[in-house]
Amino acid sequence: MTRATRTPPSQAQRAARFVLGRITFYVGSSLFAAFFVLPLLWLTVAPFSTLANLDLRLPDPWSLQNFERVFENGFAIRALVQNSMIQGFGAMLLVTLTATLAAYALSRANIPGTTAITYGLVLFSSVVTGTAAMVPIFLMIVQLGLIDTHLGVILVFTGGLLPAAVFIMRDFVDSIPRSYEESAMVAGASSWRVFRDIALPIVRPGMMVVGVWAFVQVWGGFLIPFILLRDADKMPASVAIYSFYTEAGTPLITLTAAYSLLYTLPVLLLYLFVNWRYGFRFFGGIKS
Amino acid sequence: MASVTFHDVEKAFGTVKAVDGVNFTITEGEFVCLLGPSGCGKTTTLRLIAGLEKATGGNIQIGDLDVTHLAAKDRDIGMVFQDYALYPHMTIGENIGYPLKVRNVPTDARATRIGEVAKNLQIDKLLERRPGEISGGQQQRTSVARAVVHEPQVFLFDEPLSNLDAKLRLEARSFLKHLQREVGVTAVYVTHDQAEAMALADRIAVMNEGRIVQMAPPLEVYHRPGTTFVANFLGSPPMNLLPGKVALDGEPRFVGEAFTIPMQSHVETAVRQHLSDGAQVTVGIRPEHLDLSQDPVSGGFQGPLYALETLGPESLVTLKVGDELLTVRIFSDDAPQLADTVHAAFDPEKLHVFRENGERIPVE
Ligand SMILES: Nc1ncnc2c1ncn2[C@@H]1O[C@H](COP(=O)(O)OP(=O)(O)O)[C@@H](O)[C@H]1O
Ligand SMILES: [Mg+2]
Repeated sequence: MTRATRTPPSQAQRAARFVLGRITFYVGSSLFAAFFVLPLLWLTVAPFSTLANLDLRLPDPWSLQNFERVFENGFAIRALVQNSMIQGFGAMLLVTLTATLAAYALSRANIPGTTAITYGLVLFSSVVTGTAAMVPIFLMIVQLGLIDTHLGVILVFTGGLLPAAVFIMRDFVDSIPRSYEESAMVAGASSWRVFRDIALPIVRPGMMVVGVWAFVQVWGGFLIPFILLRDADKMPASVAIYSFYTEAGTPLITLTAAYSLLYTLPVLLLYLFVNWRYGFRFFGGIKS
Repeated sequence: MASVTFHDVEKAFGTVKAVDGVNFTITEGEFVCLLGPSGCGKTTTLRLIAGLEKATGGNIQIGDLDVTHLAAKDRDIGMVFQDYALYPHMTIGENIGYPLKVRNVPTDARATRIGEVAKNLQIDKLLERRPGEISGGQQQRTSVARAVVHEPQVFLFDEPLSNLDAKLRLEARSFLKHLQREVGVTAVYVTHDQAEAMALADRIAVMNEGRIVQMAPPLEVYHRPGTTFVANFLGSPPMNLLPGKVALDGEPRFVGEAFTIPMQSHVETAVRQHLSDGAQVTVGIRPEHLDLSQDPVSGGFQGPLYALETLGPESLVTLKVGDELLTVRIFSDDAPQLADTVHAAFDPEKLHVFRENGERIPVE
């Protein structure tokens, strides 16, 4: 009997310790999650409040007044729906297409040293782009006559993003067995056809990853357009957001919040669209 | 349908000669198996025919056309890859129809032909599925269907059965044999499985280190292997090969470390013609041509039992003859009570003799 009564408490103890452990774990991870979620919550709620500050509280009353005032700012709206779109999609297309072709060539060509080239480029790009390179880039763009043009911004972004994009794409291309392409060649397809019919559809998920990534990079990029553009009509949203600052340099939190929400929507929509249409995956090829 | 001819074809990868001076002619409608151990250059030979590798020497002809410098797409070939290489983003129907699509065959005609071929290969119910959604055997058939759909001049197979499990493999083998009889197209088939080559080929080309060692019909390769390499590669288990010496003083015989085999008169004639007294030779005898005996046999073998393996209806008995192992294949029903010392006799007509360098002495 004693033995029988002694066992249950130890089981209960173990259970208690387990429950306690779980509770600690959930509380801990909730705090951790809150750290990241709170700003997002703020972003979805604050724009609808006329009295928004940096506190997180439900608007009372809910109002669209902030958005009305944002839409009255023609400069900011043009920046968002026109300039950011031109620069974002322009660089996205250019980066994705160029990176795919380059990665295909680097992966398939029988040239020694292609791997060294790929890694070299990535390493090089992390050294060369960024703030340190802005002066030479600026001078180069001036000499090319591309200062204050969308094209100039797109090209500079593309140059900065390409190495990493090639690196990612190469991984996708490397994961396609060569026998797919070889069997298409034996079937009678020309090199271009093999690329179009076989390689391209299989690396499409990779292109989507690279495309969305490139778009996000350009969408959020501030320094490059800020330095290369003069004309207010060409500024993207990342620069235009400063038009919601007072002349003293403090943000009008209500308007900034509303504009920020609008600013995040295209990225979100793009991601959802790509995910729905092609599936979003970070590994190459297709399961066969 | 066309013949395939190799003239002194070479293919080097850097310093490695994967194919090293290969000559052969495969006649129209013939089914040839390239057989050899892994890395001997079979796949490279096949890819040279397909145009996926460029020869570094010699020339290749398909029919009357010199294709040595012709691109793969212009060679009119059907090829089944080892991994099948089915396009994962296309349906089975689209996969099969791809060679026709590339040839701009109109959609209607294409659909008709795909239906025909798929029906013949019993995959007509799967046309809407994707390669990931069908079994290995069905993938293999799809791959064959895609290779035959445009009625190519030559058919190439690279170990098409190696990814199937044992049961399916036998089934697929019979099916390929049937298909070959029906279609009758020139085919080159790569395998490292001698049973597969035996079963399928009109002629077997045995390869070793980038060269063709022997090219002959299966039974010829089996009964008259040109070298010890071929003798050792074909048959399961392979031929017993024992080193010995020619002794022509007194009664002509082969003398080994632990055996003496008297020469039959026709063997003696051949040996006297090709070898001299005391020459080193290798004598060969297939396990299925040996039999166990209760009592010592003159001119036979004897030695302690090394292993007894029962393989269902047949058994392998291995005995130790001097330092060499000798395997005997018998019916399990006949398995005798094995004593410590086992005696084995053989039909002297079935004895093979090879020179020291491995070449066969024609003793028949
Ligand atoms: N693309 C290649 N590059 C370098 N060496 C190769 C290549 N393909 C084959 N080889 C070499 O050529 C030899 C023959 O290969 P292969 O034809 O694939 O043999 P098998 O098909 O008989 O196993 C091997 O030594 C292999 O390592
Ligand atoms: Mg091979």
